[in-house]
Amino acid sequence: MRNRLSKTIQEIPPSGIRKYFDLASTMENVISLGVGEPDFVTPWSIREASISTMERGYTTYTSNSGLPELRYEIGKYLAESFQVHYDDKKEMIITVGASEAIDIALRAILDPGDEVLIIEPCYVSYEPTVKLAGGVPVSVTTDMSTKFKITADILREKITSKSKAIIFCYPNNPTGATMSKEDWLPIIDLIKEHDLLVLSDEIYGELSYDQHHFSAASLPGMKDRTILISGFSKAFAMTGWRIGYACGPEDIIQAMLKIHQYTMLCAPIMGQWAAVEALRNGQKAKDDMVASYRQRRNYVSKMFNQIGLECLVPEGAFYAFPSITATGLTSDQFAEQLIKEAQVAVVPGHVFGIGGEGHIRCSYATSMENLEKAIERMGKFVEQYK
Amino acid sequence: MKKEKVIEMLTLLEQNGRHSYDKLAMMLDLPEEEVKQTIAELEKDKVILRYPTLIDWDKIQGNDLVTAMIDVKVTPQRDVGFDEIAERIYRFPEVKSVYLMSGAYDLSVTIEGKTIKEVAFFVSQKLSTLDTVVSTATHFILKTYKHDGVVFNPRDDDRRMVVTP
Repeated sequence: MRNRLSKTIQEIPPSGIRKYFDLASTMENVISLGVGEPDFVTPWSIREASISTMERGYTTYTSNSGLPELRYEIGKYLAESFQVHYDDKKEMIITVGASEAIDIALRAILDPGDEVLIIEPCYVSYEPTVKLAGGVPVSVTTDMSTKFKITADILREKITSKSKAIIFCYPNNPTGATMSKEDWLPIIDLIKEHDLLVLSDEIYGELSYDQHHFSAASLPGMKDRTILISGFSKAFAMTGWRIGYACGPEDIIQAMLKIHQYTMLCAPIMGQWAAVEALRNGQKAKDDMVASYRQRRNYVSKMFNQIGLECLVPEGAFYAFPSITATGLTSDQFAEQLIKEAQVAVVPGHVFGIGGEGHIRCSYATSMENLEKAIERMGKFVEQYK
Repeated sequence: MKKEKVIEMLTLLEQNGRHSYDKLAMMLDLPEEEVKQTIAELEKDKVILRYPTLIDWDKIQGNDLVTAMIDVKVTPQRDVGFDEIAERIYRFPEVKSVYLMSGAYDLSVTIEGKTIKEVAFFVSQKLSTLDTVVSTATHFILKTYKHDGVVFNPRDDDRRMVVTP
């Protein structure tokens, strides 16, 4: 029988996280630091607003690019919060989560063989979505020595004549790294020099704990080459609603809209109305959640260092990314033994790219009680390797 | 300690009075000594009054209590306004809380007793007979759903998958 699956899909390896999901699911008494979503439920005012629109019969398609009310609110919010200005009629599209935005952005800009520079460690979907769009992923590895920030030197090495775009996520999943205006300046010179397009995944933008998030798109000359991607999942604890958005130059957004209208039609209307409420009245709830993440961030980063796992203070997102090299284990060995021996689930760093090896990702989006127990168990586990 | 940090610390303690000094210090990113000293000052200044525990007494059999909220209309007095009558009321140990209210009545008084009879006795014999009390309206609490921001029988379990990217 001939092979039923396409070569492209055969070449994409299964997710490295699956194994830990299976392990954790079969064991009892597991504390999970492996969850990549907020531990809060969507604030009630947002849920209530969505329920109310359903009661009033808002159950239809919306325009392909999304509810005008939502696009208006997003435009206002981006301008006020991050000093980036978009025409909500032509330069914005509402998507099914930021994930869809990444997918259709890549499909809209890539021809077969085009190289996409991926700043790693990073979210697990960038590499496969580049491949699915016919592109060639090129890893650009950051590490602890630069606090997981991109530097011009490491980026320059990987740029070729085939480089078409660069994709990054700051604040970063899994490292918690952020980029300031000063960090960006040398990078954007390089981006302009090589005429690269930029996919800036800013889904964790609101979860910046020490400094206000800085969007690379706000720098001079960047708006016309940047696709800003974000959504409501992390800031407003709305992962299951699947509402994201992309903003960028009109030609690219309109090209993305073509793909979106034929493959997705529109994002679910219930989620879009919920997102409208989030932007209109969700500020206080969001600020409270951010304050709580900050407290837990402070606690876990100190505790990891205390138990002997070197850990930078994550500046954003809700992950700590401690080094486990002191134990002599690989990140896969560490994660597997930790869950089996100490019943704590974490995600090994290598699943986020080569540069993630030697680290584990620990989500602190869980209760303080769980964090205390998990760190105590991890402390005992690490002790045997000293 | 900066004012914002004091507020943040008080909010944490309000949610959980059992946070240890070192844990608070870590969460607030402050030296432990500073946290300890600030808490001592706040206790001395009666900003922090007590570290109570919130208990769902309905789950403990044999310790049944009835609680009533009483709307009290009073005649305010020259010079002291409502303060003196409020004090005469709050000195009774049965009285759990007293608030001065805007609106249709003046004082909102919460009474706790072992039986309805006990509460009724207090209202008719002690409260209504005070000189300045004009009228009372007693409302018994039937069930507590939420108190001090805490839902008593929450149904919001962690429904997340155990490991996600």
